[in-house]
This record gives sequence, structure tokens and C-alpha cells, in this order.
Amino acid sequence: MDVNKNSYTFGFAAIMVIIVAALLSSAAIGLKPFQDRNVELEKKQNILSSVGIQIDRDGAEALYSQYIKSELVLNNKGKEVEGSAFDIDLGAEVKKSADEQVLPLYISEVDGKTRYIIPLRGKGLWGPIWGFISLEDDLNSVFGAVFDHKGETPGLGAEINKPFFQDPFSGKTIFEGDNFTSITVIKGGAAEGDMHGVDAISGGTITSDGVSDMVKERLSMYLPYFNKMKPAIEVEQIMAEMDSVVTVNDSITQ
Amino acid sequence: MSKDSLFSKKNMKLISDPLNDNNPITVQVLGICSALAITVQLKPAIVMALSVMAVLSVANVLISLMRNMIPSRIRIIVQLVVIATLVILVDQVLKAFVYDVSKELSVFVGLIITNCIIMGRLEAFALANSPGKAFLDGLGNSFGYAIILIIVAFFRELLGSGTLFGYPVFENLGLYELGYENNGMMILPPMALITLGVVIWVQRMKNSKLVESK
Repeated sequence: MDVNKNSYTFGFAAIMVIIVAALLSSAAIGLKPFQDRNVELEKKQNILSSVGIQIDRDGAEALYSQYIKSELVLNNKGKEVEGSAFDIDLGAEVKKSADEQVLPLYISEVDGKTRYIIPLRGKGLWGPIWGFISLEDDLNSVFGAVFDHKGETPGLGAEINKPFFQDPFSGKTIFEGDNFTSITVIKGGAAEGDMHGVDAISGGTITSDGVSDMVKERLSMYLPYFNKMKPAIEVEQIMAEMDSVVTVNDSITQ
Repeated sequence: MSKDSLFSKKNMKLISDPLNDNNPITVQVLGICSALAITVQLKPAIVMALSVMAVLSVANVLISLMRNMIPSRIRIIVQLVVIATLVILVDQVLKAFVYDVSKELSVFVGLIITNCIIMGRLEAFALANSPGKAFLDGLGNSFGYAIILIIVAFFRELLGSGTLFGYPVFENLGLYELGYENNGMMILPPMALITLGVVIWVQRMKNSKLVESK
């Protein structure tokens, strides 16, 4: 058979395309449930890791329901709205205008301490970057942060998912007095004692800047909620102190 | 079809040649892009070399099996479709069953499709040889690619970050206390090119066959 005839060439191309298309689409559909499961477990694993619980992916499911006490969906006025926080596609949300977005928030309770976990999503050098940052119950100090990325340069920007980059976030604060400062990733290294800065990655400046922008943009969306919560938290703290005073008084009278 | 066995001396040359005399990177100067991009550390370099090995050997065999059926006018398209299909399939399977490896590979998977070593071998070898030989050729060329990647990554990680496979070599040797500092330039792409240049230089110094006669 003459393989260089036009009709043969077209026929060959057509059959090849059909076979490849069938192969790839059946692979994609058949493997989707497994892939989705991995992604879901990894998200739970990342959420847990931002509050300091390190667990492999398979164990994440059980610990997630144990430690994550509630999942809230907020609007940008800080009001709670209907919906499932876990299923929100943050990648789609960040493209909407600020007052149309819904904001997921996770509240965890580990060893009796309440921590607020805020999902992050932003842009790196080559594609999306994301992560979770957890705040102590003063809604100011950072307890921990995890980041991940789709396709940052291996060895450079991709290092944002390594502990050496993430660990310095913990203990930093996002407010200076009443002003929101966020946390900035600083090229050349943060000055010692800087409460709002962490070291950038050499050779990964654009990804590092992406992390700064992401943290600032995302946290700023939650400011109305923080402002609403803060007085409540202070009242709670005062109440707790009064309780202890009352117990002291009780013990004196007895 | 040749009559000699698959592991004859002649066929073994298909594996040994690309390691030195006909190395895809240092002699044919193919696949430079990925060699520069992912040699900051040893681990990704090795993962990349393994993925290229898998894709190149399988693609070589497939194209070789189809070599008498492929219309010559669209052969490049056919090669590209085979490579892309393989890469996507591998990526999907990794994502479903070995998610961690898939994350480790992340951006490399795309880089494999554009690696000109693969297209080069399909076009130059697999289209004209039997599947067994094509398989050996695929293995040989990916070994040649792997060796250079590992050499470059070794020096870049050691001198740039002071580590090997993430293990802090220089710190444990106590070099930092003596005032040594990592060379930040090594982790940037230009030094990859220069390191690669030095590798080519050393290779040509050792191997007189590579030096053009005057």
C-alpha cells in the first residue's frame, strides 16, 4: 500500500486522532475520582498542617473532623452566609469583584486553643500559588502558614512549600496597633525583630512577591470579620478574667 | 530486520555511545533548556531523568512499531501526538495513584513534551530501526541525558546551596565557621550554562574523537 497517498494520510490522521482522543478521555474520566480524592485529602492535610498538626494524607480525614470545629462562609462585610466552605473554589472566587466573593474560614480547636484558618490564593511566577494561614485567637498573631504551588521553578520559587520558608511566618503579627500591615516577604532578608516581615527565597523573587501580595490581598478581605470579632473576643477574655477573680474571691470567703 | 541478537556488541553500542561519544546534551547539544532549568538540585534532576527515560523508551518502541505505516508527510505530527499522549497518560496515572511523585514532577511533565532529545531520537532512529534496537537507543540516550543532568546538578546544589539531596554537607564540614559562603550565582540559570560549558570542555579534553581535525 502506498503510505504517501493523500487519502491514506488523511485516513491515518483521522484514525490516530480518534484513538488518542478515546484513550485520553477514558483515562481522564476513569481516573478522576481517584485524583479528586487525593486533592481533597491534601487540602485537609494542608489545613491541619497550618495549625501545626502534621499527618500523612491517608490519616488526614479522621483528624480533620476531630480538630476542625467549624467551617464558615463569609461575605466581604464579615457576615456569615449559607454554603459549604470546603467546596468553595477559591481560584474562581478571587477573579470576582470583592463584594461578590464568598470567603471560606475554618475554625480549629487544638489542645483547647481556638485558631482561625484562612485559605489563600494568588499568583506566582508561572501559575497559581495557594496556601493556608492560621491566626491565634487574638486575630493578630500568626500561628502557622503553609503554601503550595502549581508549577513554580523547582529549587527556586517551588521552595515556598518547604518548612524553611514557612516556619518564620509563625509568631509574626498582621496588625501594627490598629493598622493592618500584613506580612511581607522581603528580598535580601527581613531585619531582625521585624514583626511583619520574613525572608524571601534567593532566585525566587517573583514567587516570593506573589506570596506577599496573596497574604495581604486575602487577609484584607477578612478585615470586616476581624473587626466584628475582636470586641467579642476581648469581652470573652475580660469575662474569663472576671471568672478567675470571682473564683479567687470565693476561695477567700471560704 | 537484522539477524544478530538484541544484546550483540553492535546493539550495546546503542547504549554506550550516547554516554560519551555521542552524548545528546554535550555533543549534539539537544535538551539544553531542561538541563538548565531543573539542575538547581539533585533530586528533581534525577526525577526528570527517570521520566525522560520512561517516555523516550516507550515512544521509541511505539514509533518503531508504526514506522512502516506512518505517512512521511505527517510523521512529525504523529511523533508529537505519541509523545504528548504518553506524557498526559503518565501524568494522569501518577496523579491518581502516586500523588506525591506527581507533585514532585509538576512542571517537568510539560517540559518532557518539548524535550528535543525525544523528537530527535524518534525522527533519527526509531523511524528506521526495529523496536528492540529503538528501545535500547531510547535507554542509551536517556542515560546520556541523565549523566549530564546529575553532574551539573551535583555542582550547582553543592556550590549554590551547600547541600546534596538536601543534606547540609558544608554545614556539617564546618566550612561556614571558616568564613565560607554559598555562591548564590550557582542557583541561577547562567551558571548552569557555564557549568555545562565546563563539562563539555572537560569531555573534549579527555575524548580526542570529539575534536575536529584541522
